[in-house]
Amino acid sequence: MTGEKSPTAVSRRTFIKGVIAGGAAVASANYLFRASTLLGQTPVAAVSERLIAITVNGQQRRVDVMKQETLAWTLRYKLGLTGTKLGCDRAECGSCTVLVDDVPHYSCSMLTHTVRNKKILTVEGLAAADGTLHPVQQGIIDEQGFQCAFCMSGFIMSAVGFLKANPNPTRAELAHGVSGNLCRCQDYDKILTSLMRGAENMRRGTSV
Amino acid sequence: MAVIRDVMPAFELVQPTSAAEAQKILEQNGSDALILAGGMDSFDWLKDRIKRPKIVVDLSGIDELKGVRTVADGIEIGAMTTLTEIVNNETIKQKYGLLAQAAELVASPQIRNQGTIGGNVSQDARCWYYRAGWPCYRAGGNICYADDPDGRNREHAILLADRCVAVNPSDSAPALIALDAKVVMRTPKGERVVDAEDYFIGPEIDITRLHILQPGDLLTAIRIPATWANTKFYFEKIRDRNVWDFPLLNIASAMVVSGGTIERIRIAVNAVAARPLRLKAVEDAVRGKAPNAETGVMAGKLAVRWAVPLQFNGYKIPLMRNLVKRAIGGVEEAVWAA
Repeated sequence: MTGEKSPTAVSRRTFIKGVIAGGAAVASANYLFRASTLLGQTPVAAVSERLIAITVNGQQRRVDVMKQETLAWTLRYKLGLTGTKLGCDRAECGSCTVLVDDVPHYSCSMLTHTVRNKKILTVEGLAAADGTLHPVQQGIIDEQGFQCAFCMSGFIMSAVGFLKANPNPTRAELAHGVSGNLCRCQDYDKILTSLMRGAENMRRGTSV
Repeated sequence: MAVIRDVMPAFELVQPTSAAEAQKILEQNGSDALILAGGMDSFDWLKDRIKRPKIVVDLSGIDELKGVRTVADGIEIGAMTTLTEIVNNETIKQKYGLLAQAAELVASPQIRNQGTIGGNVSQDARCWYYRAGWPCYRAGGNICYADDPDGRNREHAILLADRCVAVNPSDSAPALIALDAKVVMRTPKGERVVDAEDYFIGPEIDITRLHILQPGDLLTAIRIPATWANTKFYFEKIRDRNVWDFPLLNIASAMVVSGGTIERIRIAVNAVAARPLRLKAVEDAVRGKAPNAETGVMAGKLAVRWAVPLQFNGYKIPLMRNLVKRAIGGVEEAVWAA
């Protein structure tokens, strides 16, 4: 066999090269296949953007929001709007109530990503630009409705939302309207008196 | 239960814009996916880290699932219609007031503003052992902590319990059964329509679920036929607090009276068993009789005939007896001694 080379023989070096190339081909094919499976699994509708814009108190706010983040968390810890309180974080107390498209919602129990196209109003956005208080806020100052007032911003937002739809409620109707808010000081009687005064202020179109 | 003041564990959030797309995503991901409607039930599970879905499918962007439509025979309510929209809907108020009454008594105003009819009928059991993540029958284990000498079971079942004694907590469910509603689902095999009565299941069929919705299925609508529109309705919910609370017991009935006797009637109760119960035996017994206190007393006795109380929920038996009596015989004026 010396000095003779069969045209069909494969040298050891070529064979090893071939194995490496083949392995690489298998590995890359595997990689491609895995990648395509992943692409197939990622739904088209997935939330891809974390940096989103939400409309809070009439302003467009750019904010970095996790997918599992609640609106209360975004408002308080990302946007610094700490007027919205977190009481129970379980939709059981009402302290975190904000208006979403004029309707009262517990902000602890909605994902920020679900309100991207909606208008959010918090207690900070109620007063006029010149500092004039909202009629309901003025009603509370007039009647000294709250004791510790931790629940106050939630009560105000519930009442404002309710009064937008029912501007002329009886005391019982208003009580039903804000029944999704709790006050641990048990100050309900004074709170209702204040909110009724606020309703009256709203109807008169004045805050004084 | 400890309240964890932190964000929920991470999940993938998908926001489909059509029911078809949502159903496809649910089908692809099976039990890894959790459906988010209003979220009023879901967030508790996520915040307590007891359900850990990989993917949360938010239905709030699907317009075709929202709103009340008039169809040939009655109405169709999209699954994502909020309870407040149902309470304020003119057609529902005028013709199907029973459902409006039931929806108005759910939880609190803010929860009704966000909670949906689809979510209300599909919500999970409220048994605190189960919700706290204890490995009970319903959670796939082999023990019931509520039906135990030390168990707290004041809110639990008096009828048809099988290992698990949790009850269905929905207020709208008995009203939908009394109105003979149909539940419309989009499944991998196509559209499926079942009677509201058959949408709910007990532990003898599947101990881990309160309804027939399988992973991959999507509840799309509820249809109410005109059969029971504008009949004589009765709805009553008994609860500890007037806001937020789930029912200790609720009852819904629709009745047609002609010539002084009951011509036809449908009556259902909830929070007494793992599924809302239609009281067929009572319906058969009172047909042709006068809708008075005497018939009501007879019906009430019949309704609780096979009730088996646990240690702390014996009060539910007279409660159910009296609610059935009131639904059929009317509410007597309370007379207060001076």
